[in-house]
Amino acid sequence: MLEATALACERGGIRLFSDLGFALRAGDLLRVRGANGSGKTTLLRTLAGLTRPAAGEVCWRGNAIGDEYRREMLFLGHAAAVKDELTVLENLEFASRISGLEISEAKIKNALECLGIARLADLPARYLSQGQRKRAALARLALAPAVALWLLDEPFAALDDEAITRVSALCAAHLAAGGMLVLTSHQDVPIEAPDARAIELQG
Amino acid sequence: MLRASAFIIRRELRLALRRKGDVLNVLVFFVVVASLFPLGVGPEPNHLRAMAAGVAWIAALLAAVLSLPRLFAADYADGTLEQMLVSPQPLIVVVLAKAAAHWLLTGLPLALAAPVIGLQYDLPTDALGVLLASLLIGTPVLSLLGAAGAALTLGVRGGGALLGLLVLPLFVPVLVFGAGAVTSTLIGINPGAHLSLLGAFLAVSSLIGPWAACAALRVALD
Amino acid sequence: MTSDLFRFAAPQAFFPLAGKLIPWFSVLAGVLTLAGLYVAFFVAPTDHQQGEAYRIIFIHVPAAWMSMFLYVVMAGWAGLGLALNTRLSGMMASAIAPTGAMFTFLALWTGALWGRPTWGAYWVWDARLTSELVLLFLYLGFIALKGAIEDPARADRAGAILALVGVVNVPIIYFSVQWWNTLHQGASVSLTRAPSMASTMLAGMLLMALAAWMYSIATTLCRVRSIILGRERDAEWVRMTKEQMRAAA
Repeated sequence: MLEATALACERGGIRLFSDLGFALRAGDLLRVRGANGSGKTTLLRTLAGLTRPAAGEVCWRGNAIGDEYRREMLFLGHAAAVKDELTVLENLEFASRISGLEISEAKIKNALECLGIARLADLPARYLSQGQRKRAALARLALAPAVALWLLDEPFAALDDEAITRVSALCAAHLAAGGMLVLTSHQDVPIEAPDARAIELQG
Repeated sequence: MLRASAFIIRRELRLALRRKGDVLNVLVFFVVVASLFPLGVGPEPNHLRAMAAGVAWIAALLAAVLSLPRLFAADYADGTLEQMLVSPQPLIVVVLAKAAAHWLLTGLPLALAAPVIGLQYDLPTDALGVLLASLLIGTPVLSLLGAAGAALTLGVRGGGALLGLLVLPLFVPVLVFGAGAVTSTLIGINPGAHLSLLGAFLAVSSLIGPWAACAALRVALD
Repeated sequence: MTSDLFRFAAPQAFFPLAGKLIPWFSVLAGVLTLAGLYVAFFVAPTDHQQGEAYRIIFIHVPAAWMSMFLYVVMAGWAGLGLALNTRLSGMMASAIAPTGAMFTFLALWTGALWGRPTWGAYWVWDARLTSELVLLFLYLGFIALKGAIEDPARADRAGAILALVGVVNVPIIYFSVQWWNTLHQGASVSLTRAPSMASTMLAGMLLMALAAWMYSIATTLCRVRSIILGRERDAEWVRMTKEQMRAAA
């Protein structure tokens, strides 16, 4: 359903990769590996529609990516996308509403529980530690199980072992339900996935 | 679409409420700038009355330019702007909502503070009323075109001053029609023509400004 | 035939083409300038109101025309780049901007020189001069924005958006300044109201305008060649060209 054809990307005048292609179907996990600066984040942003590729195209269900695609896609980048002045609850409420999801306080609290930070719900985000912010950002995964495609940039960075277990569980459940996942990671991906593939970027 | 704008505006207002300083700074800056002119040109009342419209409008322009970098900068820095671009909401809705919130937090307070300037410059009541009207119609233009300027200079060196250089020339029609409306009232001419032209320019800016801001945001987050 | 022309959209192909065209346009510019100046100083009659000083109109008006024309052309190239995603279009827009700003400045400066003997002041806030001043700010803003953004592709796209916003606003700005001028000055202090146009005067101005146009093309092509070399410096063909130039020197 997600298809990349002959993708090539440049950053700062340097060609990061060329002629990259793949096709993802329901239940597929794609892991993007590579050294620092090899273009993992750029590839993910290109798939999300943020970065324009130097060549090639990304298609969703056979069409060029647009608003329809964004309805069925969840992208979590490097930045936690959490506003300091808002509480964790308010942050997640906004993130869900702007993604067009039906939301209730109960659902959000449940999602926070999945990530083990339910007690932080009413705390302004500025008081969270780095790891807690990451967990708050990743709580969106628990709020969007029905979203078909997840694009995650280094989801396990800054997480402790307990959090990694929780997030892996969410990802595995997503794949089992027929969702697709593309993620970048330095480390080995601790997700149970029979249909896992990997792309190595040389940079 | 309306629901989306509503909750985006609500978020902006909530954020501003928790950082009250930002809004108040703009208002105080407005009054300070307007107060400096008499100190620079002398206190002669007729002189000042003739200058009042221009001073009020220029102070409003400068205060608006001061507040524009913040329109997208904070969201850009913490990643929430990126999330808005990958959300299913059309980007133009996001931009319009943010510009509307910016007006509610900047333009509207400036317009409501106009009587203070009127007092300082001894403007007659009818001219004061026209000043208020011109600011109410003209300040949305500052938010709409200003959003384009803010998006173009997002993350760019020299942001604030560069933003001023980019948008102030584009604000010339607002200044001319806005201040002109008040000046005509002072000399007994109906300000209707000025205010209509101001309204027309508002209509044009509401098309160009958001389009340019969307395009510029996509460029900035490429 | 059109596919042949499109070949030149690549900087690599455009570079030598530009090099071949520059001498032609330079010569044309030189010839037309001489012709225009001849008409300006020797053929056009003395104005009975303003004396000899009015002759500066032969530089002032063509400069003002070019400043506006070049802004539109610059915005056109920028828009093309935005629409078609071609590198050369952005480079052309960058190349035109300094020349456009120069003509705007020239119009302002000659306006001041004209103002002194005619009205006794170097600067008069008449509609055309004030509009030219705002146009200068628009050019400077464009140049400043492009200069402040490090990534050339992003700079081109941002500049293009700004130029397009500018080009739509320029008529509105001109109109508003005109409006402002009539409101405040009543009977016009039109510094630049030309004396009733003898046909020779018009001919002189047209010659100078054409000369300015040829000059603009020549300088733009020159400048775009430097921009191309700078942007494409990692390309193989640039390295070979540099070696050729070094060998020829």
